[in-house]
Amino acid sequence: MRRVFAALISMLLVYMMVSFLAVLEPYGKADLSRRVSVHYLAKDVNEVEPVEWIKGKIQIPSERKIYGESNLEDGSANVVTSIVVNYRSFDTLGEVTVLLAAAIGIGLVLRGTKRMKYGRNPNFILRVSTGILLPLMLMFGAYVFVHGHLSPGGGFPGGTILAAAVLLLYLSNEEFSLKEKAAKFLEGSMGSLYVIVGLAGLLTGGAFLYNFLSNGRVGDLFSAGVVPIVYIVIGLKVGSELSGVISEIHREGE
Amino acid sequence: MNLLILLAGGMMLIAAFFAVEAKKLLDSVIALSSLSLLSVFLFIIMRAPDVAITEASVGAGLTTAVLLITLFKMRGDDEE
Repeated sequence: MRRVFAALISMLLVYMMVSFLAVLEPYGKADLSRRVSVHYLAKDVNEVEPVEWIKGKIQIPSERKIYGESNLEDGSANVVTSIVVNYRSFDTLGEVTVLLAAAIGIGLVLRGTKRMKYGRNPNFILRVSTGILLPLMLMFGAYVFVHGHLSPGGGFPGGTILAAAVLLLYLSNEEFSLKEKAAKFLEGSMGSLYVIVGLAGLLTGGAFLYNFLSNGRVGDLFSAGVVPIVYIVIGLKVGSELSGVISEIHREGE
Repeated sequence: MNLLILLAGGMMLIAAFFAVEAKKLLDSVIALSSLSLLSVFLFIIMRAPDVAITEASVGAGLTTAVLLITLFKMRGDDEE
């Protein structure tokens, strides 16, 4: 029975891959990066044809005015980010707090002192590929949260990718142990930095987490006001928090 | 494209049933991970790349690792 299931699943996988190949464009003609960025810059996923935008038929709205005021979505190309960090920034603060509470709970429940050992040496492939993959993973995590306002991504997935890099370190090296105090310090300082950014908005704009920086041009790295700052803060906080959770899971009581 | 969505959804159902019904816990964890991966595929088809990235990193990456470590620790307790 199990073999029948396995054969069925593998046949489905092969069929999926073959049909997916038919959907894809031929190698070298896809131009994916430009397509994604154009879709995001034009703030339209479905209708805008990249070719028309490149030819200049469609203009990117540099600033949209509604009733004489500037829109919150002006600076960020990715509308989802704008909703998460501009419109519902207080909500995001609550989410970060929930994650902090979860991390504290795990730390209270699993209070080990010694690092857990798997009892066997990690093999050659794992050790060597860790050296290659680790910088790439850290860089990609940083990219995901720095580019949160331009491309899909943001603080939470970026931080999780950083934590996955720490997990790889734990798997590949029996002696590695995260510096808990540094992680806790990073987590706490980043959490308070988020509140400080919010208070700065309260001082300058009259509302908590008000966007007090200029929006800039859509598509630039330093655009969208405080959104990149907030996402970098959230990314580092989530990354250090989840790394702490991973290191706590990896410890044993004595 | 419609067929692909149906196929991915059907495979998600199979993976979900397998995760519940499997005798070994390890098989369940792997089935859950593949469920997450298939949902990433569906999210990309539905043009929700933000959710897809989050699901890929949290659902397929960290959750699987945490469940596997927990499983390893439980086994270690059994042997002692």
